[in-house]
Amino acid sequence: MLKISNVETFYGKIQALRGVDLDVNDGEIVSLIGSNGAGKSTLLMTISGVNKARKGNIVFNGENIENKDPHKIVDMGICQVPEGRRIFSRLTVEENLRLGAHANEKGKHFENDIKEVYDLFPVLSDRKTQRGGTLSGGEQQMLAIGRALMSKPKVLLLDEPSLGIAPKLVNQIFVSIKNINKEKNVTIFLVEQNAKKALELADRAYVLVNGKVTIKGPGQELLKNKDIQAAYLEGGAKN
Amino acid sequence: MEKKDIIQSFKDSLFTGLIALALFGPIVGLRTVSKGEGLFITPQWGVVFLLVGLCILGRFLININSARRTEFKIFSTLSSKFSSITEDKAKHFAITGILFAVVFPFLPFTDRYFMDVAIMILTYIMLGWGLNIVVGLAGLLDLGYVAFYAVGAYSYALIATTFGWSFWICLPLAGVFAAFFGILLGFPVLRLRGDYLAIVTLGFGEIIRIILINWYEVTNGPDGITGIPRPSFFGLPFKRSPDEGETSFHLFFNLEYSTMHRIIFLYYLILVLALITNYFTLKIRKLPVGRAWEALREDEIACKSLGVNPTNTKLTAFAIGAMFGGFAGSFFATRQAFISPESFTFIESAIIVAIVVLGGMGSQTGVVLASIFLIGITEMFRDLEQFRMIAFGGAMVLIMVFKPKGILANRKPTILMHGDKK
Repeated sequence: MLKISNVETFYGKIQALRGVDLDVNDGEIVSLIGSNGAGKSTLLMTISGVNKARKGNIVFNGENIENKDPHKIVDMGICQVPEGRRIFSRLTVEENLRLGAHANEKGKHFENDIKEVYDLFPVLSDRKTQRGGTLSGGEQQMLAIGRALMSKPKVLLLDEPSLGIAPKLVNQIFVSIKNINKEKNVTIFLVEQNAKKALELADRAYVLVNGKVTIKGPGQELLKNKDIQAAYLEGGAKN
Repeated sequence: MEKKDIIQSFKDSLFTGLIALALFGPIVGLRTVSKGEGLFITPQWGVVFLLVGLCILGRFLININSARRTEFKIFSTLSSKFSSITEDKAKHFAITGILFAVVFPFLPFTDRYFMDVAIMILTYIMLGWGLNIVVGLAGLLDLGYVAFYAVGAYSYALIATTFGWSFWICLPLAGVFAAFFGILLGFPVLRLRGDYLAIVTLGFGEIIRIILINWYEVTNGPDGITGIPRPSFFGLPFKRSPDEGETSFHLFFNLEYSTMHRIIFLYYLILVLALITNYFTLKIRKLPVGRAWEALREDEIACKSLGVNPTNTKLTAFAIGAMFGGFAGSFFATRQAFISPESFTFIESAIIVAIVVLGGMGSQTGVVLASIFLIGITEMFRDLEQFRMIAFGGAMVLIMVFKPKGILANRKPTILMHGDKK
């Protein structure tokens, strides 16, 4: 459903993506792992249209989206939960969720959609009149995911949902991601540094090194891969 | 409090005194007096030392206060009085404020001077509310807001003097023109943020003023436009002796002729215009576009990722903010009956921005308090002539010391579903 072929993205003269090929099928959870500066976030921003690809194609449901504006891409059903959560800290939890429904506002299913998000993350319901900035890191991540779900995406792009969050909450968030995929039938494209968690969750996974995909395969298989174990699992995140 | 701290505070205050001396020395100390054949300098060192002394003392008290709040009660009680103005109380304040504003012209002590000051304060409140859409909600620092005020005033003046149309037709037209200029400014600055945006908008304000001075054929240059029609009370002019076939206001209502009728009418006009601005802002906050403004202020990338179109969002903020500036400009033109580029200098923009910032960004009631405080204090010291700007500066310093985030810093959540606890 989402097919990325030979995408190259630059920041000025600096090349961040050097011909990325990758595809995500309907209903899958696909993880992308890689170290700092490999180009993971750049790839997500390029899919979302915030950064533009200088070369290559991104096709979503048969339509080229590499030159579309970000808001058009969201309208088509690709929504991103950006790195570092980026919630609107001076707006309340509920206002944040309402903004998530911005692309979906004409749908008028707001009451229903927000109930679904509150069912998924009950803590948000308790905090709905609180300002976003007063939530804990984990709650903010839930809010950011809930906010993105309000746009009723077909594909959810998640950028490092475990970043700066207590390990206990990380587990909870990964369980929620699985639920979103299985119960709400939302395709997930997950970018993570926490390789173990990401690979355990994924149907398929890719490894990005210096702007290029070097290894790909089913998540469980990559978990057993010797190179990946050496580079991303043993020395790095152990939880 | 430790001795070290006191010495440190004292040193700091002396340094403040030095700065004060450098400023007040030439400005206040050397007074030029024209006597017969030329200008003579009369020094007034006494006043300078008094002012410098006040600065040192003030700085010292502030230092001690911030070092140890409990020990020095003067400031802490004062500032807690200020902090007790919460949004909740602000609501009661707003209702009593509006009631007071409605009966104000008929209070026994209200005279012509009070009415003029009140009209001026209301004009600034309206401008503050208009700018609040751009700065407070959308978070775009606009230092050239006076440009839209000018566009509104000149549109009104030119249309009214050329075609002779009535105020009620010209007013929306002026708003449309100003909104158009808002979009015109909006396009080139879409990519700019923060300081850079502020610089460009500042330049835009100056460009408009310079065009007004130099486009002599249309704007009559620095001479300005005279004979702008006064507003009429729904077709009834405020004249002592109406023209042939016309009935004037006082004849129609069988009243003794008084110039106050027109002043009171102007007062209610600006009051209604200002309240419309406020009502509009409060309503639009709850609509998708208003929410998108606030989200854009918080985080542009998050907005993009959620499908908010930043281009349209910014342009509507500029256009709507400008429109209300244009309305205020029309009012200004019809009230003065004379406008010239001199009324639209940068200092006006600065005052409006100061009102919004000192009121607490995005707070509607804060704008009212800041307008009353800043314009009122400046008016109270009118006898000091050019030194009244010192009072203006002093008022700003006071707000910044006691309420560094603005008089009403906390924005109340816009939506509370199902009657939640407050």
